Amino acid sequence: MPSPKLNPVQPHSLPSRVVQDDEPALVSAARAGSVSAFETLVDRYERKIFRLTQNITQNHEDAEDAMQEAFLKAYEHLPEFEEKSRFYTWLVRIAVNQALMKLRKRRPGIVSLDEEISTGEDTVPREVQDWGPSPEQRYAQTELRDILGKAVGELDPPSRIVFQLRDIEELSTEETAEALGLSVPAVKSRLLRARLRLRENLNGYFKQGEHS
Amino acid sequence: MKCKDIIRELADYLDEALDPALRISIEQHLVKCKDCRLVVDTTKQTIQIYCNSEPAPLPQTVRHRLHEALARRLRGARA
Repeated sequence: MPSPKLNPVQPHSLPSRVVQDDEPALVSAARAGSVSAFETLVDRYERKIFRLTQNITQNHEDAEDAMQEAFLKAYEHLPEFEEKSRFYTWLVRIAVNQALMKLRKRRPGIVSLDEEISTGEDTVPREVQDWGPSPEQRYAQTELRDILGKAVGELDPPSRIVFQLRDIEELSTEETAEALGLSVPAVKSRLLRARLRLRENLNGYFKQGEHS
Repeated sequence: MKCKDIIRELADYLDEALDPALRISIEQHLVKCKDCRLVVDTTKQTIQIYCNSEPAPLPQTVRHRLHEALARRLRGARA
């Protein structure tokens, strides 16, 4: 009997779809004082940064404030930006800091990113069912966005934030660790937990036979 | 290799960050174990669905406030 064929998984070895080729030129122009170049960067990233701050804070008002402060800080500190790094990664780090400050202010004591976590019983898959190909296409875009946002919102903050940076913003494990002040093993354990729990959270929506 | 070992190594397996010998033993287990294969497959789909998801457009009022705040700062910086 032929062996089932596994698709290769390369979520992070593909070229980034976040950063476009003209980004370095826009950043250079903005650093040289071009307001329109900076505005182009804002236009390009405002939706992604707002999703990031929303996913971290889980609060609309805080997310808006954190996004605004992130762009203002980025503009203010543009002269200190080292052009050898990616502008988007730098901007994400600023936005994460702003969002974490809001989250900690609203929920003091709850958010300790480096607390010990277990990847034991709660990561053991409970439901194992086939989703079929492209299960997301069974939903309209706005409905899918709601489902994905709700599933992420149910994660604990450390797992949620690591998943956001690593799998949505496409930062490397090392960049994520540096941005959050965590060790690489800590990022990996949170990422594993986040991915497994999200899979579980989405199972109810995507398992075959649930929706036509 | 047991099912719980697959779960422990899952993140590194999906990121192709495992040494070849470990990767091969995982793949040998996956050929035999349907449940693990489904967990690997649906976890991979989870990552891809999020990775491919487009953020919602910024609400007009939020966008307006952002650009007003930026305009104030940019005008201030140029003055």
